[in-house]
Amino acid sequence: MSTDTESLAPAAPAAGRGAQVRLRAALPFVIVFGFALALPYITNDYWMLIGTRAAIYWVLVAGLNLAVGFGGQLAIGYVALLTLGAYTASVLVAGNLGPPWPPIAALGAAGVVGAIAGLIIGLPALRLRTFYFAMTTLGFATILTQVALAWQSVTGGGVGVPGPVLPKPFDSGLGFYLLCLAIAALCTWMTSNIAHSRFGRSLVAIRDAEVAAEATGISKAGLLIAVFLFSGATAAIAGGLFATLQSYITPDAFTFDLSVLFFIAILIGGRGSIIGPLLGTIILTVLPEFAAPLVAWSTFLYAALLLLIVLLIPGGIADLLDFANRRPLESHRAIVPRPALLAGILDHGAARDTIALRGVVLAFGGVRAIDGLDLEIRPGQVHGLIGPNGSGKTTTLNVISGYNPPEAGRVALGARELAHGAPQTRAGLGIARTFQTPRIIGEASVLENVMIGGTVDGTATFVESLLTLPRHRRDEATMRREATLALRVVGLEALAAVRADRLQHSELRFVEIARALMVHPRFLLLDEPAAGLSTDEIARLGELIKQISRCGTGVLLVEHHADLIFDICDHVTVLNLGKELAAGTPADIRAHKEVVSAYLGG
Amino acid sequence: MLAAILASGLAIGAVYALIGVTYNTMFSASRVMSFTAGQLGMLGGVFGALFILRLGLPPIVGFLLAMAGCAVMGVITEAIAVRPVLARLDQHLYVLSTLALALMIQQVAAIEWSTEPQPFPRLFGIGNGDPFDEKFWLPLVACAAVIIGLELLYRRTLVGRAFLAIAEDNFAARALGLPERNLRIASFALAGVIGGLAGFASGELMLAFFANGAMLSFYGFVPVALGGLGNNRGAIIGGLGLGLFQQAANFTFGGVFASVAVFIVFIVVLLAAPQGLFGAPVARRV
Repeated sequence: MSTDTESLAPAAPAAGRGAQVRLRAALPFVIVFGFALALPYITNDYWMLIGTRAAIYWVLVAGLNLAVGFGGQLAIGYVALLTLGAYTASVLVAGNLGPPWPPIAALGAAGVVGAIAGLIIGLPALRLRTFYFAMTTLGFATILTQVALAWQSVTGGGVGVPGPVLPKPFDSGLGFYLLCLAIAALCTWMTSNIAHSRFGRSLVAIRDAEVAAEATGISKAGLLIAVFLFSGATAAIAGGLFATLQSYITPDAFTFDLSVLFFIAILIGGRGSIIGPLLGTIILTVLPEFAAPLVAWSTFLYAALLLLIVLLIPGGIADLLDFANRRPLESHRAIVPRPALLAGILDHGAARDTIALRGVVLAFGGVRAIDGLDLEIRPGQVHGLIGPNGSGKTTTLNVISGYNPPEAGRVALGARELAHGAPQTRAGLGIARTFQTPRIIGEASVLENVMIGGTVDGTATFVESLLTLPRHRRDEATMRREATLALRVVGLEALAAVRADRLQHSELRFVEIARALMVHPRFLLLDEPAAGLSTDEIARLGELIKQISRCGTGVLLVEHHADLIFDICDHVTVLNLGKELAAGTPADIRAHKEVVSAYLGG
Repeated sequence: MLAAILASGLAIGAVYALIGVTYNTMFSASRVMSFTAGQLGMLGGVFGALFILRLGLPPIVGFLLAMAGCAVMGVITEAIAVRPVLARLDQHLYVLSTLALALMIQQVAAIEWSTEPQPFPRLFGIGNGDPFDEKFWLPLVACAAVIIGLELLYRRTLVGRAFLAIAEDNFAARALGLPERNLRIASFALAGVIGGLAGFASGELMLAFFANGAMLSFYGFVPVALGGLGNNRGAIIGGLGLGLFQQAANFTFGGVFASVAVFIVFIVVLLAAPQGLFGAPVARRV
C-alpha cells in the first residue's frame, strides 16, 4: 500500500472543472430553449401554436417524469390531472362555481387542486403492485371524464366550457407562447434540481434497488408523496394553460391518447433523464404535423412506438446520447483499498452500545430458519457468522436489519428495542449492510450509487432542493465529498463516473461497502462480501474490514471463506439449523470437534 | 325493477367474471397481467357481428370463427407482448408492452370496424327484452360452461394438470420436462377463447363496440384484484357481485354514480387488502 501517503492529499476536483461539467450538462437545454425563443421570428403563427402546445405538454411531462422516469411508478392515466386542471381553471374563471376568479389566481387554484389530486391518484402506489397501480390511474382518468360529462351545471357537460382568457400581455399568441415557454423552462430547472439531489437519486433507488434503498434509510412514502404533489401541481397548471390554448374545452378534448403521448415521451427519452423526455415531448408533438394523412392512426402509431421502445431500446434517447459510457474501461483493474483513509469517515469515536439478539425465533412455513438464537455484536470487533447453507446466517442478518420480523425474541441496540419489519429505520441508527447479491442501481454512476448511502444525512427539504437553496447545495457538496472519500477508501475512485452496471462483480461488492460506509456505520453487517473475489482481493477486503472495526464499528461478517473468518474475526458463532452450534474465539472454533467434522472438514 | 337489476346485474357480472378468468388464465401461465384481456372480450363481440351479420355466415360458423380469431389474438399477445419481456420481468415492462398491444387492437377495431356501437345478431330469438331474454342468460350460460370446462380440463386431462403445474411452480415444471413455452402459448389461446366467449355471449347486451375493450379490461380486473391473482373462484364470485352492485347503483342513482361507486369500493378494498380478499401473501424479497 505504498500509494497511501500520496493519496491522503485531498483529490479535490478543481472548481473550474465542476463549472465546466455543469455547463456541458446545460448545453442541450440552452440549445432547445434558445431555438424555442427564436421560433416566433423564423416561422409563422401556426408553428408558434405547435410550440405553445409542446411547451404545455412539457410542463406536465417534466413533473410526470420524476414519478415515471425516475421513480418507475407507472402512472398511466395522467391525462386525468390535465383534465382536472383545465376544468378547475376554466370553471373558476367562468364563474360556474361562485363569483368569477381572475385567470392567474384560477391557474394557481388549479395547481393546488392538482397537487391534492396527484396525491390521491399517487398514494395507491405505496400499497399496490405495478399493474394494479397502472390500472387505478387509468380508472381515475375514465371516471373524471364521466364526471365532467355528467356535472352539466358546472362543466357544461358535453357542450363544454370556455377556457380562461389571460390578461395582457399574455392574451396575444406571442405573449402566451412566451409565458408557456417561461413556465416550461422553470419546470425544467426545478426537476433537474430534484434529479441531481438526494431525492432524485432516492427515486431511482426505489425504482431499481428498492431493498437497498430501504437499507439506506430512504422513506418511500415521504418521497413519493412529495413527488406526486409536485407532479400533480405542474400537470394541473399545464391543464389550465391547455384550456387557454384550446379556448374552449369539452370532455372529448382529453382522450386517453394524450396519456399515452405523455407516457411515451418519457420512455422514448429514457428513464432517469431530463433532456431525453424533453426531446421526446417535442418530437411527439411535432410528428403529427408531418404525417397529416395518418392522423386517424396516431394512437396506433404511438402504441406501436411504445411497443418498439419497450422491446428494442428500453434506454431511450438518453441511452443513445450517452457517449461517455461507451468508452472501453481499462481491462486489468485492481481494487486497492486504502484503509488509512477510514478515519475521515468513521470519526464517531468508539460506540459503547452493542446489538443483542435474545431468543430470536423465525420460521418460514414449517422450516425454523432461526430457532432461539442469542447473539451479541460488540463495537470495535469483527463477529463472524458461519455455518452450512440454510443454517440461518442471512436470515439472522435480515432480522437485525429489519427485513424479517422475528416471531419471538428481541433484537436491541443498547437499551433500545429495534422495530421489527422496518428496515428503513436502521440507517438512521447507524446500522448499515451489504447484500449477498449486490443491490446496485445499474443505470446510475458509481459515485451516485455511493451517494445514495448518505441519504439519511441530508438536511434540505424537497422544496429547498427544488429551488437549490443554500442548504441543498451544502448537502450536495458534503455528500459528494464523502462519497468520493468512501470510494477512495475502497479503491474505486477511478471508476466514480462510470455506469455501475459496467463494473465487474467483485467491484460491485466494494461499491456496496462504500455505500454502507456513507451511513457512518456504528454497526456494519456484511453478507458474504468475499464471494466471487480473487485471493488477493479477499486479503485486501479482510484488511479493510479489520480496519473498519478498529475505528470502533461493530462488524457482523457472514462468510463461507473459513480462512478469512479465522484471520480477522474476534469472535465467531457457528450456526446449524438455526441454532448456535458453537461460539468463541477463532482458536476455540478451530478446536471444536463438532464444527470441524460437520462444517470445516478434516 | 328487482328482476331487471338481477337479470342485467348477473349478465354483466358473468361477463366481468369471464374477463377475470381470462386475466387469470394468462397470469397462471406467465405471471403476466395483460391489458389485452378486455380487448379479447371486445373482439368476441366484433368478430361475431362481423361474421354473422356483415358476412352473413351461419351463426355456428360465425361463432367458431370468432373463437378461432380470439384464440389467434391470444397467441399474438403471447408472442409480441409477453415472451419478449419475460426475461426482464422485474422491470415491469409487460405492463407497457401489453398496454401498447391493447391500444393497437382497440385502434384497429375503431378504424376498420366502427367507432359506433354496431348491432349483434339474435342467436336464438328467445324472449322479448324481459328479464328472461336470451341476452341476459347467454352470458351466464357461457360462464357456467367455462367453469365446468376448466374444471374438467384441470382435473381430468394431462394438459390441464400440466397447466396447473406451470401455474404452481414454473421452474419445477420445466425441470420435470414440461414444454413450458408450448403450454404458455396454449394458455394464451385458451384465454383468447374464454375472453372471446365473454364478448360473443354478451354481444346482444353490450353490442359490437370497440370501446368495450378498455371498459372490460378495467371491470374485468376488479374481481381479479379483489379475489386475488390467479384465483378463479374469487374472480367469478367477485365478477357476479360487481355486476349486481353496479347495476343496483345504476338503477338507483344513475350511470356516473355507479361508475364512481364501483371505483371507490375498488380502491378502498384494494388499499385495505392489497393481495385481494382471497390472495396469497407476497414472496420474500431479501
